[in-house]
Amino acid sequence: MESTVLELDDIQHFLISRPPALTARYEFLMFHQPACGRAWLKGILDKVGTAKNVGSNEADSRWVTIAFTWNGLRALGVNETSLATFPEEFRQGMAARAEILGTTGANHPEHWVGSLGSPDLHAIVVLFARNLAERERSTREHRKYLVECHGVEALSSLNLEAIPPFNYAHEHFGYRDRLSQPAIDGTGDVPTPGSGPPIKAGEFFLGYPDESGTRPALPQPEVLSRNGSYLAYLRLEEHVGAFRDFLREHGETADEQELIAAKLMGRWRSGAPLTLRTDKDDPALGADMQRTNDFNYGTMDPYGYGCPVGSHIRRMNPRDTAENMQRRKMIRRGGTYGPPLPEGAPEDGVERGIAAFVGCASLVRQFEFAMNVWVNDPKFKDLGNERDPFVGTQDGTFDITLPKRPIRKKIKGLPAFTTVRGGAYFFLPGMKALRYLATLEDGS
Amino acid sequence: MTKRSASKKQEEPKDHPQRLHLVERQRTNDWSRPQAMAIPMEGYFALEQGRYGPIFPRTPAGHGFTIIAKIKPGTEDEIRQYGNKLENALAGDPHILAPLQLHYLRWVLFNIGPDKYFMYQGIFDTDFDKYTEDAVELFTQTGINTIFEKLEGFPMDWKTNVPAFIKFLRQHQCPSFLEYGEYPYVTAVEIKKALRLKEDFSDMLDQMQ
Repeated sequence: MESTVLELDDIQHFLISRPPALTARYEFLMFHQPACGRAWLKGILDKVGTAKNVGSNEADSRWVTIAFTWNGLRALGVNETSLATFPEEFRQGMAARAEILGTTGANHPEHWVGSLGSPDLHAIVVLFARNLAERERSTREHRKYLVECHGVEALSSLNLEAIPPFNYAHEHFGYRDRLSQPAIDGTGDVPTPGSGPPIKAGEFFLGYPDESGTRPALPQPEVLSRNGSYLAYLRLEEHVGAFRDFLREHGETADEQELIAAKLMGRWRSGAPLTLRTDKDDPALGADMQRTNDFNYGTMDPYGYGCPVGSHIRRMNPRDTAENMQRRKMIRRGGTYGPPLPEGAPEDGVERGIAAFVGCASLVRQFEFAMNVWVNDPKFKDLGNERDPFVGTQDGTFDITLPKRPIRKKIKGLPAFTTVRGGAYFFLPGMKALRYLATLEDGS
Repeated sequence: MTKRSASKKQEEPKDHPQRLHLVERQRTNDWSRPQAMAIPMEGYFALEQGRYGPIFPRTPAGHGFTIIAKIKPGTEDEIRQYGNKLENALAGDPHILAPLQLHYLRWVLFNIGPDKYFMYQGIFDTDFDKYTEDAVELFTQTGINTIFEKLEGFPMDWKTNVPAFIKFLRQHQCPSFLEYGEYPYVTAVEIKKALRLKEDFSDMLDQMQ
């Protein structure tokens, strides 16, 4: 089958490649009047980065990404006939799908912050910057612009920044991040060994053939949906103090604590996979993208003696032990927020975590499947009473089983290491679609 | 023909506290104690919302579906020919349906008055509601979709509209009101393990003669 030619000048840069940014600001917006929203969009259009520009060597210090909720498309003036052609899960929004996603208890939308679960949330604008000074400048500029745009209100915002040490991406618990990146057919990216073949562009961008070999029907009009993607946004607070307490409780020595941390994740904090390094960390392996994904579970670790079946990475990517994996892949973007908690310091009560986007062409088939089955199904792979130790909704009633010879170890009553503080479904339109939205007329 | 309407799906079932208690008590792993489960009209005891609608429970007979739909006039022969096709496909690759962890599948054609109806019934160990897309993918691989195309109301754009395919399946799914398991909650994998053990044990005894 021929490779797809992607319209990189029409696709927002967000999912194709990571911008060379160390920091970002998310602003969550509400449009009080359609004309106000359109005027805001029209005035910021030239700052939106495309996949073509961000992938080039153009000297640029600004990349703006814009996405809308379904209510936001309506608030811009998209007509009801067109709105009805979007998939049901997107129309309902993330908060309404809480039970399906498993975001219950402390993770339930009634506890969310920043108006993220509100129907008033219409758009997100992401201001990327190379450094803090540039982010502050962008923030000031956008704030000034909002003052000029009557009828557009910033409901909330969140500052994102990498945490030290800066020489590799990692989150607050200390795990190396950004190890799994799907290679998209048509971008020329070569999958890292062990990652499977490139994935058809239609799994991430609307209007292209997907892994079924067909082009799924598009929401209408086509100019609005083509080259767009859906984004599932999650603001996940990380309870670093509770996590470190847990490691100390279950490991007497530093090495034992590292092993427990690795068993929960499925990788050592360096990124080295447990399936390849069962008993000892290998930081060089963790950092080597040509080796760190080169493994499977079916033949190399069928019973989970290395990587437990219930560990985070084995749930989120069961590799050769699940069906139709090419149809479940997603692109993750985002970063850390909040100050790091110094090693040895007690929990300070300051919110810190990950604010991430999952990009895909079908929220129900890709993101919701992952949340419903891989993350929160206690019966996943016949485990019986377990959920994902990091992303799953934990309330102290679930376990994690660590297969071990001669006798497995079962830790009962896993505490919540994270709390979902908010989330939303967005549509990330292509450039032509943004221009279409900016020039809509009332009732069109 | 009973067919659950969309509005029905969203309704909360009536409380059945005694029944829930009974079911919990019965739901043991004792394979030697046959069990039955009576199921409310909604098809479930407590509403658990899945991605495409309510989740149906596992019963002593396992997970399953019973899909009933009227066929388009004049398509009966084509549907029957599918039987040979699937038989041959499985002869070529006996494990093609393995991902569903099936116990049994049954395809039936029957009359209601002058109309011909199709029934597709499966009993398996996977949670169909959770792995629906994988099942639809298998249906496509094994050609069952060619039968569905002969059913009235089936979305002919299913190739580019999988949610419509899934919606059709759910609209035509008729939940059981009673299910029985002679060896309740035993999976196909467990049965095959037991048979393999028996076979190996028998071999061992033969070799000790």
